[in-house]
Amino acid sequence: MSTDTFLPTDVPPTRPSHKVEQLKPDLLLHTNHHLCPGCGEPLVLRELLEVVTELGAAERTIGVAGIGCYTAFSSAIDLDLIQALHGRAPSVATGAKRMLPDRLVFTLQGDGDMVNEGLQEVIHTAARGESITCVLLNNGVFGETGGHMTSTTVIGQRTKNTLEGRDGSYHGYPILIGDLLAQLEGTVYAARGSVHNAAAVASTKRMLRKAFESQLRGQGFSLVEVLTMCPTGWFIPTADGPGYLDDVLGTVHITGELKADGKLVTTAELRARSQERARRQSAPGQEAERV
Amino acid sequence: MQRLIEGSEAIADAAVAAGCRFFAGYPMTPFTELLEHLARKLPEVGGTCINAESELEAVGMAWGAAATGARSATGSTGQGLALMQESFSEMTLAGLPLVIFNMSRGQADYFQSTRGGGHGDYRHIVLAPMDVPEATELTQLAFHLADRWRNPVLVYGDYLLAHTYESVEIEPIDYGTLPAKDWAVDGSAGGSGKSRLVSSLGMSKDPKRSVDPESLWKDVAKRHREIEATEVRVECGFTEDAELVVVAFGTAAKFVRYVVRQMREQGVPVGYVRPISLWPFPYSALAEAAERATRVAVFEINAGQMIDDVRLSVLGRAPVVAIGGISTDASGFGVGRLLDTEIIRERIESALKGQEVPV
Ligand code: SF4
Repeated sequence: MSTDTFLPTDVPPTRPSHKVEQLKPDLLLHTNHHLCPGCGEPLVLRELLEVVTELGAAERTIGVAGIGCYTAFSSAIDLDLIQALHGRAPSVATGAKRMLPDRLVFTLQGDGDMVNEGLQEVIHTAARGESITCVLLNNGVFGETGGHMTSTTVIGQRTKNTLEGRDGSYHGYPILIGDLLAQLEGTVYAARGSVHNAAAVASTKRMLRKAFESQLRGQGFSLVEVLTMCPTGWFIPTADGPGYLDDVLGTVHITGELKADGKLVTTAELRARSQERARRQSAPGQEAERV
Repeated sequence: MQRLIEGSEAIADAAVAAGCRFFAGYPMTPFTELLEHLARKLPEVGGTCINAESELEAVGMAWGAAATGARSATGSTGQGLALMQESFSEMTLAGLPLVIFNMSRGQADYFQSTRGGGHGDYRHIVLAPMDVPEATELTQLAFHLADRWRNPVLVYGDYLLAHTYESVEIEPIDYGTLPAKDWAVDGSAGGSGKSRLVSSLGMSKDPKRSVDPESLWKDVAKRHREIEATEVRVECGFTEDAELVVVAFGTAAKFVRYVVRQMREQGVPVGYVRPISLWPFPYSALAEAAERATRVAVFEINAGQMIDDVRLSVLGRAPVVAIGGISTDASGFGVGRLLDTEIIRERIESALKGQEVPV
């Protein structure tokens, strides 16, 4: 089959798409969904399911879904799942993990779910060192309700209730949830990935694997925060999603490992490092450092 | 073996005897002792008790444990339970068994318990023990009914029940076999094409059903009609020939029953009805009792809540009067002066004479 069966995603579709290859992860029952073209959430879901398969953990995994656009996948994911209320996934996961300690237990939450509604409980779950992995899909908006400000919306970002852009003095400042959780003693692993390009997708998958592995070793709480595109909630053309993610959210919620092997790195330090890299790359005569 | 123990400890022992293996709660008077006892007793049998950071998380944890098929419970006073209502309602829709203890600060949580403070069409079975021995039985029954109906069951206690020492013997009670929990999520079905989803949203992994909240809500309503038809529990005394029927629930009912029995011995034509299940409410038992009575009196320690259900049962067959009222101690948690057999007797006598009782 030729590649012209792929549809361009920057214009409304004119005909149904065709599958050119078996791309469905093993742990997905079907690929029907109603998420928007250009959404970043399905990418993370794919990676998560692939990692569970690669770890051979499908028959001992319990997922707890929060409330967001990704919730629609609860009926398609071929894993034992519990649907939680908005914000409550970490406590529900705690109850399940305490009853079945040898299972791999993860939550799937958005930024509205984890950082707005459920902030208190994700902090306490991390502080207890609960051996679960919380996966945060962070797009800086309430996508499902139509693009409203969340606690991770960055300064200047336009949403339906920050029409002129988020103003710190009026709307408050974004929360860097990864930093908040990484510093707690019960957290063994915390990382912030992104899905704006292939390299970021690959690095996010490594983060998910590390987090799950630390949980399977029973070491404590782990967090994988992933920046995801939400062109609909950002009111931008679909094709601009990855660029906007990298330029707007990605310059505040800097990607990288925040806690690994007992070492804590702050977002500020990650920012300094990336600025240093950018400076060296732009300096003439110097060899670009591999990112 | 009979032991003289405090109500809170007896309830904790009964929960453990019923197979409860998960509890999460947040301290609050007069519920605190139940949490203390379970924190000590559950780990001894391989269970878990978590002192949660708030009521919201306590019920969330109990939700997760229940979803794995474990017998799970939480509790508080009415105030703390108010914070948990969103989860109670959703757990009911998700078909999850849960036992909830309300060690309430009086009887003013009748509406909260029987109507629920949460959203949507949902009901909880509510059991109201009058003393410690009955509380140990109803606690075990609560776990059985929760599993049988896949529905939360609330045990309505209070300060008096939590803090009274009585002599009880607690042995596991066999209420019969239950269907296997094939719906429970234990993590083992991943990749089989038959993995499970415990959801309150009407979502299903069956591609033919997908998202269908209407069918789910109808199923839940049907379940609740079946419960109404089968799970009414009530105690009636001397109602065959009573001129005045006194209705009371929980610990207050024990006082009322004592007074009515005493008056009967002296030939006064009074009787009592004690709803043991507050939902489903014993509407027909009360209707029958009211058929022969000239008056129905309600003794409850609140501004008048159960009286609504009594009126719905009696449906004008006899006048319904309130003879209870608001009554508490200085802390607002405990027992007020109304819970006194002499005062109750005076009020019953006034009601018999058709006199107004100041509420
Ligand atoms: S609204 Fe945003 S998060 Fe939701 S499906 Fe669309 S793109 Fe994805």
